[in-house]
Amino acid sequence: MSPRYSMAVDTRRCVGCNACVIACKEENALPPGAFRDWIATETKGVFPHLQQEIRSERCNHCARPPCVRVCPTGASHVNAGGTVLVSPRKCTGCSACITACPYDARFINPKGYADKCTFCLHRVKQGQEPACVASCPTRALAFGDLGDPQSPVARALRARTPKVLKAETGTEPHVFFTR
Amino acid sequence: MTELDLNRHNLYIDPHLSVWGWEIAVYLFLGGLAAGIMILTATLGRAPPAERSRWGRLLVFAAPVALSVGMLALLLDLHAKLHVFRFYTTLRVTSPMSWGAWILIAIYPATILHGLGSLTAAEIDRLAAWRPLRALRLGGLVTWGAGCAGRHEGAVRGANAVLGVALGVYTGVLLSNLGARAAWNSALLGPLFLVSGVSAGAALSMLGPLSHAEHAALRRWDLAAIGLEVALLLLYLLALASGAERSGQGAAALFLGGRYTAPFWALVVIAGLAVPFALEIAAGRHGRRPTLVAPVLGLIGGLSLRWILVLAGQA
Repeated sequence: MSPRYSMAVDTRRCVGCNACVIACKEENALPPGAFRDWIATETKGVFPHLQQEIRSERCNHCARPPCVRVCPTGASHVNAGGTVLVSPRKCTGCSACITACPYDARFINPKGYADKCTFCLHRVKQGQEPACVASCPTRALAFGDLGDPQSPVARALRARTPKVLKAETGTEPHVFFTR
Repeated sequence: MTELDLNRHNLYIDPHLSVWGWEIAVYLFLGGLAAGIMILTATLGRAPPAERSRWGRLLVFAAPVALSVGMLALLLDLHAKLHVFRFYTTLRVTSPMSWGAWILIAIYPATILHGLGSLTAAEIDRLAAWRPLRALRLGGLVTWGAGCAGRHEGAVRGANAVLGVALGVYTGVLLSNLGARAAWNSALLGPLFLVSGVSAGAALSMLGPLSHAEHAALRRWDLAAIGLEVALLLLYLLALASGAERSGQGAAALFLGGRYTAPFWALVVIAGLAVPFALEIAAGRHGRRPTLVAPVLGLIGGLSLRWILVLAGQA
């Protein structure tokens, strides 16, 4: 059975240190002003009774990705392990996928194509973790095959209550947040 | 309170989406205009040639011209312009943009055939003898096309009407298919852009010297299109404002007190719909000589509608 790559972000462990952001930029040689992952800090409540959640966010590699649906050339596609990728040579830079993504996870690379998180598939194929996961100093990020009960992501999701972002959009994200 | 702070600052994405600018607004407007012209000339073409003005007959050629300018705007919007051919190496069933790319290609032969069929024999001869066409050895093709359009007049007009409706609806579906953006998340955008395109097509037609019968017919079309557009705009705002989703209510607020209230009501509703409607009613009832005010305002309103909606979806 083919794997279903997923990620779990433990919001109780994440301290928003940006190590994942910098590691991603280094690993993927992203130009200035381009981010495939980022830190979201959400504060809720009424002072002094506030709750804060820090999340390391990225493309959710949705099972029903609207970006792939609207792409007119097939540049946006679902690749190995359910990862949503872009073929730069097929991309026209029309931005339809960017407007279709409810998470604003995509951007236009200065080279002219839509760019986004790849789950570092080039590393994963060599048996390594994605750069963001490998760099996390608090082990807040877990990655692996959701179908393998022994994978770090499956264990992390068993241990805590997971949620996904904007579940109401029906995109079935595969980046989970636990608390 | 709920406050979300992101440390991301991607170009065109943060602090708010701004990937689509004037190019898309102009493309959607000119696409709608071309659709309107195709539909209207398909109906005007039913009149006997004696009742038709030269402008009315030649009008159909405005559709491919408007579409070409619109496609140029679309090309300017692409970040990888050299990859534009990729639109035509596949048909993605789930992508309205892919469907639209193929519809655009079908429109050229349909409108040009219809245009050739609308020319007189003398005009065909002059066109076939035109030096650039002669140099390209296309004179014979012009004569063949005109003959073919003459023999299949009904089919050519029908194809223009059907493709015109497809093009007009597509310009709206292009946005409404992007459900992640609240202001675009409405199935009403397809019919709204279609009737707005018909109104823009009628407005462009009325800028030229039409026959009295043609002008009266186009005025009736325009009045009907404006009436439908007002109804669809009301339904669009009501559906957004009364929907259960907070994002939809926020999108409606953009037009009802928020950032786009003044341009929307001033340029689209008052200048683009109410004033042309009143002027055309007055021209029809009191037999006043039509002026260019109503059609010019109608065109401004049509462009403003697209521009404001393109921006509102990214607000």
